[in-house]
Amino acid sequence: MSTGVDGGTAATGAQRPPAVTKLDRVVIRFAGDSGDGMQLTGDRFTSEAAAFGNDLSTMPNFPAEIRAPQGTIPGVSSFQVHFADYDILTPGDRPDVLVAMNPAALKANIADLPAGGTLIVNTDEFIKRNLTKVGYAANPLEDDSLAAYQVHQVAMATITQGALADTGLGKKDAERCKNMFALGLLSWMYHRPTEGTERFLREKFAKKPDIAEANVLAFRAGFYYGETTEAFAVTFEVAPAKLAPGTYRQITGNTALAYGLVAAAQQSKLPVLLGTYPITPASDILHELSKYKQFGITTFQAEDEIAGICAALGASYGGALGVTSTSGPGVALKSETIGLGVMTELPLVVIDVQRGGPSTGLPTKTEQADLLQAMFGRNGESPVPIVAPQSPADCFAAALEATHIALKYRTPVLLLSDGAVANGSEPWLIPDVDSLPDLTVEFATEPNGPDGTFWPYVRDPETLARAWAIPGTPGLQHRIGGLEKADGSGNISYEPDNHERMVRLRQAKIDGIEVPDLTVHDPSGKARVLVLGWGSSYGPIGAACRRVHKRGHAVAQAHLRNLNPFPKNLGEVLRSYDKVVVPEMNLGQLALLLRGKYLVDVISYTKVAGLPFKAEELQDVLTDIVKGVDAA
Amino acid sequence: MTAIDLGLPGLAGVPTTDEPQKAKDYKSDQEVRWCPGCGDYVVLNAVQSFLPSLGLKRENIVFVSGIGCSSRFPYYMNTYGMHSIHGRAPAIATGLATARPDLSVWVVTGDGDALSIGGNHLIHTLRRNVNLKILLFNNRIYGLTKGQYSPTSEPGKVTKSTPMGSLDHPFNPVSLALGAEATFVGRALDSDRKGLTEVLRQAAEHRGSALVEIYQNCPIFNDGAFDVLKEPGEAAQRLIDLEHGKPIRFGAEGEFGVVRAGFGSLEVAKVSEVGEDALVVHDAHLEDPSYAFALSRLSTQDLSHTVTGVFRSVRRATYDDQARAQVEDAKAAKPADLAALLRGKDTWTVIA
Repeated sequence: MSTGVDGGTAATGAQRPPAVTKLDRVVIRFAGDSGDGMQLTGDRFTSEAAAFGNDLSTMPNFPAEIRAPQGTIPGVSSFQVHFADYDILTPGDRPDVLVAMNPAALKANIADLPAGGTLIVNTDEFIKRNLTKVGYAANPLEDDSLAAYQVHQVAMATITQGALADTGLGKKDAERCKNMFALGLLSWMYHRPTEGTERFLREKFAKKPDIAEANVLAFRAGFYYGETTEAFAVTFEVAPAKLAPGTYRQITGNTALAYGLVAAAQQSKLPVLLGTYPITPASDILHELSKYKQFGITTFQAEDEIAGICAALGASYGGALGVTSTSGPGVALKSETIGLGVMTELPLVVIDVQRGGPSTGLPTKTEQADLLQAMFGRNGESPVPIVAPQSPADCFAAALEATHIALKYRTPVLLLSDGAVANGSEPWLIPDVDSLPDLTVEFATEPNGPDGTFWPYVRDPETLARAWAIPGTPGLQHRIGGLEKADGSGNISYEPDNHERMVRLRQAKIDGIEVPDLTVHDPSGKARVLVLGWGSSYGPIGAACRRVHKRGHAVAQAHLRNLNPFPKNLGEVLRSYDKVVVPEMNLGQLALLLRGKYLVDVISYTKVAGLPFKAEELQDVLTDIVKGVDAA
Repeated sequence: MTAIDLGLPGLAGVPTTDEPQKAKDYKSDQEVRWCPGCGDYVVLNAVQSFLPSLGLKRENIVFVSGIGCSSRFPYYMNTYGMHSIHGRAPAIATGLATARPDLSVWVVTGDGDALSIGGNHLIHTLRRNVNLKILLFNNRIYGLTKGQYSPTSEPGKVTKSTPMGSLDHPFNPVSLALGAEATFVGRALDSDRKGLTEVLRQAAEHRGSALVEIYQNCPIFNDGAFDVLKEPGEAAQRLIDLEHGKPIRFGAEGEFGVVRAGFGSLEVAKVSEVGEDALVVHDAHLEDPSYAFALSRLSTQDLSHTVTGVFRSVRRATYDDQARAQVEDAKAAKPADLAALLRGKDTWTVIA
């Protein structure tokens, strides 16, 4: 097993254990071709970190094409995992270690690796044809272009094939196991537990035991390669993180969101009907929920986005919890039905996992540019509440909150997730199911109108929610629809005064939704600059604020989870600071709303690169602003 | 081949009542606001008169409609109802029917609503065989928007939007439904109370999607579109009423019949020329929709040969029954243990 070429010390002499360096955090990026299994590799490494008790945060990054031309830059798929012995907030700005499985992966990612970073390269793919394909005139492994990095050249495919020579597996199948070799090597370097991965592989390939064994062998080969070659002088340890006590698991945003809906079904005691149409990056919510029919969940894969939401609304009309999941282009198609939900005042949860837009845009990349669509993207005055989770694990609570609002106020609710939250993962403190909120609703069972019949638009004076009688309730037969309703009776009404009243009532109902006050985190207690974000930018903003503090500057952080209505104290909070900075992955949509509503001239800092903010860029922006305010 | 009978009556699961019902029990307190002479009145009366015969609890009947003149229908029914958005009624009703097995769900739609803006939902609802009864009021014109041609208008139709004549080839709604393998397809004339009621009765008893096309006169924008089917001298020559198990015969004296022609198609012949034995005996239960499709193509939509009655009525498992069965199977197989789900397989514990 010494066939590999390595940039480190030659493997000679007796074995001695490498030195162990303790680190508080590490960022590793696995990068390869779409077909190289980098997502799986990263996911497994993440599970190992989770099993070890590190805090972690991940960022998958993959092309929209399922198999872009092999070996090309557009075909590069990567997975970044950040793990630490303390609570971290982001998947990391830059990798400390880059694993490049081919020249395309190297070319696409090397700019992100800081000088001195560790680069592990699969040399087998660095042949002329592949180098030419991505525009390398010369082999970067053979000139000094990588001199700034600690380069480890490993012939991963060759070694993997050698390790699997006796298995009877074809050369090509054997070569496909090289991602597990890479995982094994990294697992050795970082002292990761390996049992979980071996168990996972045996379960994943249970129906193909020879493939399972080959992957386990490749994984072990990578591990032993590190152990025996002495090519790696140092291994690293990242101790378990001191998180709040409790039992944790690793979870992605889409899974947490699906679990939140399962919990919502349990807590509301209502059946759930998810009407949906597959769309990136929201499809995993459908995949996940389709597995949980035992919780009374029906998943309906409709003929299009419109039918998906219509079926959900029809189910809600029947007294179920209707849910639809989509991304921005799907919300555009669902707009008219959301309007019908606003008019008929029926509960409906609309999940928008935002991606880069407009139009088809960047299906697999993240963005926060659907806020104004969620807020205003319908005809007429059509207010809907908006809830945005701030991290992958937070999607669970966000789903419960969206359901709570939908049921209590009888309204469609938009839940704005995004690609970073949906596909990213982090540890989740598993909640005690007994502590989950009660979401039960009372359906109308008696006539409530002055004429002794049922009036569907008689409102609860506290919440302004209308009475909800479901079909099958004797004596309460009534008709609802998209035409304007007479206040109270719900009959069709074209009366000018009635329309004026109903438009204002619908708005007042949404404006009156109870949302928690905004809390501000200001460790110094004397910050004059506030950073206000929403949604998935929570992590990078938080990490940036920590760094600003470390530099000795005071900055306050607050994060909006309720975008409509805003927390009652928001105006007061905004006015308490000399400057308010609003970083967003759009061109300033929240900033527009804040300026319009509160007349506060916030500083909008925006980015639309399809990638989350880096903490380092925000830290520089914030430091400059804080310095400016302090100097003034 | 005749389809297998799954033994599911159309209205199984919908609660019934012993209290006698009358047509007026199904009239809501809302003033009916269609134009005077509109065919919709006739259909409304027919439906209100027919429903009591089903003996269902009124609160377990729901009418869902889209947009268009006919889609005002639910407001006039003293049942539950939703007047929704253009073309989407089948999709909304699909969610409702899937969530609630105890409801008899009816969709009221028109040629524009069902075949233009809602064409996609219609065909997918039919192929899924959701337990819905779809009443498609076909007046071959857009009424609510004041007189543009519709997807069933005859070619060359001069309307406000087509002053030089329309260019579109029209849909034959029955052919379309059969192409989507609808399990029940029927047609009736608004003016034929008896025939309409019979098709409605069979549709109600059918478990699965039932599409009933109703030729309906718009007295304002397309008056007399179906008059040739109502004129005493013409009607008998043109209308071919189907009865399951009977030879297909029509004409004032029963002088015409339907016989097999080339490539699986059917054609009209004089009984005196072909003999009674050559007449096709109508079998609405044929699994292969080609036969019913051939029946729908006896003439173009010039109404020269207009088939009414039940073209096709076959048993096939419904989407909603199967969806509910999957939920029940899952419940029987696995406990709904939320705590176990949230924990998953791999956890770690941080001790204080």
